[in-house]
Order: sequence, then structure tokens, then C-alpha cells
Amino acid sequence: MKLKVAILGTGNIGTDLLIKIFRSKNLECTLFSGRNLNSKGMLKAMSLGVPLSDKGIEAIVENPECCDLVFDATSAASHILHAAVLKKLGKIVIDLTPAKLGLFVIPSVNLTEALEYDNLNMITCGGQASIPIAYSISQVEKHIEYIELVSTIASKSAGPGTRANIDEYIETTEKALSHFTECKNVKVILNLNPAQPSIDMNTTIYLKINNPNMALISEEVKKMVATIKAYVPGYMLALEPVYDNGLVILSIKVQGLGDYLPKYAGNLDIINSAAIAIAAEFAKNRKQ
Amino acid sequence: MTSKIKLYDVTLRDGSHAISHQLSEQQIEAYAQLIDKTGIYAIEVGHGNGLGASSVLVGKSKLSDELIIKTAKNNLQNTKLGIHVIPGFATINKDIKNALSWGVDIVRVASHCTEADTTEKHIGYVREKGKEAYGLLMMSHMATPEILLDEAIKMQTYGAEAIVILDSAGSYLPNDVRERISLLSQNLNVPVGFHAHNNLGLAISNSLVAIEAGAQIIDGAVKGFGAGAGNAQLEVLVALLEKMKYNTNIDLYKILDAADMVENKLIKEPISISSLSIVSAIAGVFSGFSKHVKRVSKEFGVDPRDVFMELGHQKIVAGQEDTIIDIAIKLQKRD
Repeated sequence: MKLKVAILGTGNIGTDLLIKIFRSKNLECTLFSGRNLNSKGMLKAMSLGVPLSDKGIEAIVENPECCDLVFDATSAASHILHAAVLKKLGKIVIDLTPAKLGLFVIPSVNLTEALEYDNLNMITCGGQASIPIAYSISQVEKHIEYIELVSTIASKSAGPGTRANIDEYIETTEKALSHFTECKNVKVILNLNPAQPSIDMNTTIYLKINNPNMALISEEVKKMVATIKAYVPGYMLALEPVYDNGLVILSIKVQGLGDYLPKYAGNLDIINSAAIAIAAEFAKNRKQ
Repeated sequence: MTSKIKLYDVTLRDGSHAISHQLSEQQIEAYAQLIDKTGIYAIEVGHGNGLGASSVLVGKSKLSDELIIKTAKNNLQNTKLGIHVIPGFATINKDIKNALSWGVDIVRVASHCTEADTTEKHIGYVREKGKEAYGLLMMSHMATPEILLDEAIKMQTYGAEAIVILDSAGSYLPNDVRERISLLSQNLNVPVGFHAHNNLGLAISNSLVAIEAGAQIIDGAVKGFGAGAGNAQLEVLVALLEKMKYNTNIDLYKILDAADMVENKLIKEPISISSLSIVSAIAGVFSGFSKHVKRVSKEFGVDPRDVFMELGHQKIVAGQEDTIIDIAIKLQKRD
């Protein structure tokens, strides 16, 4: 039997998750709940025959048996309210907002640890794209003085939620970057680029390292890229690690799968693909 | 004519680009003391990309935001103190909250010209704290006048008390300025401002066109000290406006004193229209990229002009300095 999952929030993230769940061997969407039955996402879900509600989290409170795991794709402020309710109901929650209440999870780094927790935080799109790479380098270079992440996403891929939450994006990504790499001195920058046709998501990682072992770094990075590619097919190394001006620099590009959102929305695709990878892991472990 | 024009001095902020964000305490102190006597409305201080922007991407600041702001504030009595904020670089909690506690009077919240909705919370926060908030649309040549107006209206709705459009690449012709400033001045309820760059030698004349078209705030920097080919030269604007009988309340001799000080103590190489600045304007790329393009192109043995053209072709926005090395490496492989 598939793991029963509910989605809170019927915007771009929620709807794209729904389509990915449809493809999943391990997951079944048993509730798609938001605030407006006429939203674009809601209409899409209706066309797929998914159980709908416009009561948000109340739909789960009224019928707690409907799901085992909840994806929260609302907002940081809403998630803070949802988290307490869902904990009481004993649900596993995968949080796609930047509320940072739960354990930070990056599937390619700490998937096993995630199974021990009931609130998993997906950090941010830029975090999912870059932190595993910075983490892999931190495993071979113990003295990283400073890390900076610069992400640029297509304007069209940034919905009202992302735009209103830019500060939270930065603060959450910085916190998670420090957490995984143990580097205290970090900075995160986000740009929106409106160019048409829309650009793919790009993230550049700068690491201040004295005498880096570039061959070893390249090898680790390539391994990590391959691991991530297994759950985010459009993930690729756009600029191989170079050493310039005292900094190790590399860039990542992420193309989306083009499920609900266009291919340029790699930023949304990576966070959703990572969330699905975690839910699938819970599903597999439950079976055993 | 006796219309009132506010001159807003960006010397110690845009000029930071020209010296790779290496302003010293002594320089800020000396400049603030001189400028405070001129009658100028406000000066802006900080890293070239504003608050919280010290980074390896754009350049690390010599001084912390705290030291820059406090040093300026301690030396100003009459002139207001402004800062530049780009959401995506600075956040309310990490940066703006502190800056206000250090005595900043004006926060100019900037976004790329089509992304005004990223500024809503920041503008709202500044207004809530009872400080002056402006909305700035950067790289404004990349949007049509109609889109600029839509974005400006958004900022006005968020609470911006003035809207300034930036010719960040210095690529406007006089008519481009006239069209945009007229449309904005006719349709907004708040004053409209213009921020010029001199890549094509038009910073002063475009600023005058902006005034004719209804702008009430004009950005300038003494000696033109700013990114790339620099900004509208402030002391020239003061002299011109005086000659044209505008009321600026600025003492010409005193602003000339400040300009001389900047020339002697601050500028490493005179601000001029370099070949690269011309290419940057034609390519429509942010003037602040110049130093990075020059350094990276030299290192990878490619023509910096090709790099600028490719940046323009890719419609790269301010904050995407990371693309420079990527392009340089691709050009190097191609050659």
C-alpha cells in the first residue's frame, strides 16, 4: 500500500508536488487542501480526481485518518500554526516554507537521520542546490574560512510567496549552510532575473580556502552531483571548480522536469524533488 | 523658475564601487563634516550595493556597515543620512533594524526594475519605524516606461515616499529619460527622482532633462565619484541649477570644497569615461561590473569588451557578477 500524503497549499509548489506524487510508486495524495476551490492548482487537482478541500488544515483536523504525512507548502507564518496541530495528530510533516522549525534535511546528506524526526524542513531551493556541494567540500577541506552562495532564479519562477519571503530565504539558507558545513562565516545572496526566455536556476558557490586540493574537491563535487541527479534529474555542474583570487568557485544549474511548472523553474523542482525523496524514504521504511 | 529640487548625494555609496568598497573612517568623517555645511538634503553612505552587500561576489567592504553609518552620523547635524538596501542582499532583521538604530534617516529600498514586489516588507518596515522610505528601480532601461510605471505604483502602494529610477548602465538617451520621468511624474502621487551614470557622457544633461520632465529629486556624486564612468557630477548640477534659477539651498563654494577634498583624499584614479564604460552602456550592463570584468578578463586572457557584450546578450542584472567568470572561461575555451 502506498503512503497516504496530504498537501497543504495549492500554489505552484503544492501543485507541482501533486504531479510528482502521481508519478511516485510509493506515495498517494489523499488530500489537496487550500483556501480557494477556484485556484489554478485546485482546478488541476480536480482534473486529476484528487480529494479537495478549501478548509486548509481544518480538513485534516476533521478527518485525521486521511493521511500519514503532510507536505506544508503554505507560508512560514502559517506553518508555525500548522506544526503544532499536526504534531498533536501524530503526522509526519515535510515543511516547504522557510519556517525552520524542524530538522534541516538534504536527501543526499542526511536522509537516514530524517527518519527519526516528525518535522522535516526543506530549507530553501538555493539551499537544496548548493549546501550539499558545500557540505561535500567541507568533508575534505577542514578549514573553510568563508562560504558565499549566490543564486539567481527566473522572475517567473518566483511566486508571491517567494517574493514576500526573501528575508526568510536568506536567513534560513545561511543557518542551514552553517549547520551542515560547520562554517560560521557565511553569506547568501538571491537575485531575480526577468530575462525572456526565462533563465535556468543558477547557483554559484564561493569558498575561501587556503591551498585547496582542487583535484580532491573536483572528485567530491562530481560524486555529490551524481547523487543529487538521482532525485533531481535536471541538476548539473555548470562551472567546474576553479581557484581564482583565493576562492574556490563553482556553479550549479538546475533545470526543472517541467511537471506543473515550466522547465526554467528548477528552483521549485529541486525543493519538491527533495521533499518527495524524503517522503518516499518514509514510505519504504514503513513497509519493512 | 523657483521650483524646489532635492539633490541627493550618493558620493560615499556609489563611489564605493570606484574604490572597491575601501572607504576609510577618516574619509567618511572628513567628507561628512564638509557636506554638512553645504545645505545638501541627504548623503548616502555604504558599500556600493548598499547595506549587507559586502561579499566576495561584489567586493568585501573595508569597514563594517555599523562603522560606516556611525561615523557618518556622528559628523552630520543638518544633512540627513541615507542608505541603499537591496532585498536579496540585506534583510530587515540582520541589517535594516540595526541601521535604523544607528541613526539612519532615509532608507532607499531598491529592486531590479521589474521586481518591485520584493521591496514591500522592507519599505513597510521603514515606514512603520517612522523613517523615510524611497523605492528605487534599478537597471530601469531594461523595462518599458509602462512597466516602470506599474512597478513604481507598487512601491508607492507599499508606502514609498519617493520613487527614483536608476540608469544603472548609463545607457539612456535624453528622450528615454524624458519619456519615463514624464510618465511617472504624471501618474504618481509621490516625488520622482532620477539617478544618472555617465557612461555616454550624458549624466548631467539627462539629469536636466529629468528635471524638465518633472523629477524633483536628482542623485549626484561630487567629482562624479561613482561606479563605472561615475554619476552626475554634483557640484556641476549645483552650479547649473543656480544658473537656471532653481532653488536648491546649496552653498556652491562649500560643495566645491567637498569636491576638492574628494579629489585629493578619496579618488585613486580620476573618474572618466573609459572604453569599457562605453561598451558597458551599449551592452546595457550595470556600471558596477567594470572592475570585475577587467580583472577576470585579464586573468583568463579574454577581451573585456566581449565579456560585456555577452553579459548584455544574456540580460544579466545587478547582483549577477558571478556570471562574469563563467563567460570569461567560455570565451577562453572558444578562442
